[in-house]
Amino acid sequence: MQNRRETLKQSAVVAGLLATAGFPQFAQAYNNAAFQAKTAQDVIKAMGASSLAESKDVSIGGPDIAENGAVVPLKVSSTLAGVKQMLVLVEKNPAAMVGFFNVTDAVEANFSVRAKMGQSSDVYAVAIMNDGKAFFAKKEVKVTLGGCGG
Amino acid sequence: MADPMRIRAKATGNIANVRVLMSHEMESGQRKDAAGNLVPAHFIQDLSASLNGKVVMSGEWGPSVSKNPFLEFNIKGAKAGDKVAVTWKDNKGDTRTDETTVA
Repeated sequence: MQNRRETLKQSAVVAGLLATAGFPQFAQAYNNAAFQAKTAQDVIKAMGASSLAESKDVSIGGPDIAENGAVVPLKVSSTLAGVKQMLVLVEKNPAAMVGFFNVTDAVEANFSVRAKMGQSSDVYAVAIMNDGKAFFAKKEVKVTLGGCGG
Repeated sequence: MADPMRIRAKATGNIANVRVLMSHEMESGQRKDAAGNLVPAHFIQDLSASLNGKVVMSGEWGPSVSKNPFLEFNIKGAKAGDKVAVTWKDNKGDTRTDETTVA
């Protein structure tokens, strides 16, 4: 068991680590344009990717039918070398972008998140490469709003 | 300050599988309350993960990530005993960091 004092001490250590590490990515401006873009195409453009092509080396995992649109588990991954960012997109949401991850050498291009979906839609996994090319995979997820399986 | 995250990190070979469950409202800004007023958006914008103090992954999220977000990823070159820390920051400036040890 941890007591309050130990917890506080640990928090202070973590805060100190953060301060020294500087967390440079937090200094960057939040990419508003990409998160307001309505279509998958616009998101890719806002992320600064030059070309877009479908690829079998990128994969998206998710349910074929989601009973509850508020919690749709999605998994994006890529086996390509030199991936800079992995994006998760839901085409028919008010804003297509769910989120993206900056990939480093120390982490696999393989992320799972849960997304909200307003209606049945195509979902995309997009891998943006270091050279600016983008590759995607898509999958249709049906959302049954009533929860009756219809 | 928000509730703590639950982080599990498990090493298999030299890959650590990290699973994070954050506690956050993730209000989309699309929903209306009983009086018909729009509920303002409140969601995690930035997140990052570090291994032994070195940033290995970062990302940005929009409001369409589910409430109490779940995130899973794999860190290469991690072994049991290493420290994995995850930090998030939301659009109201609230932030939280939690740390765990790779098992």
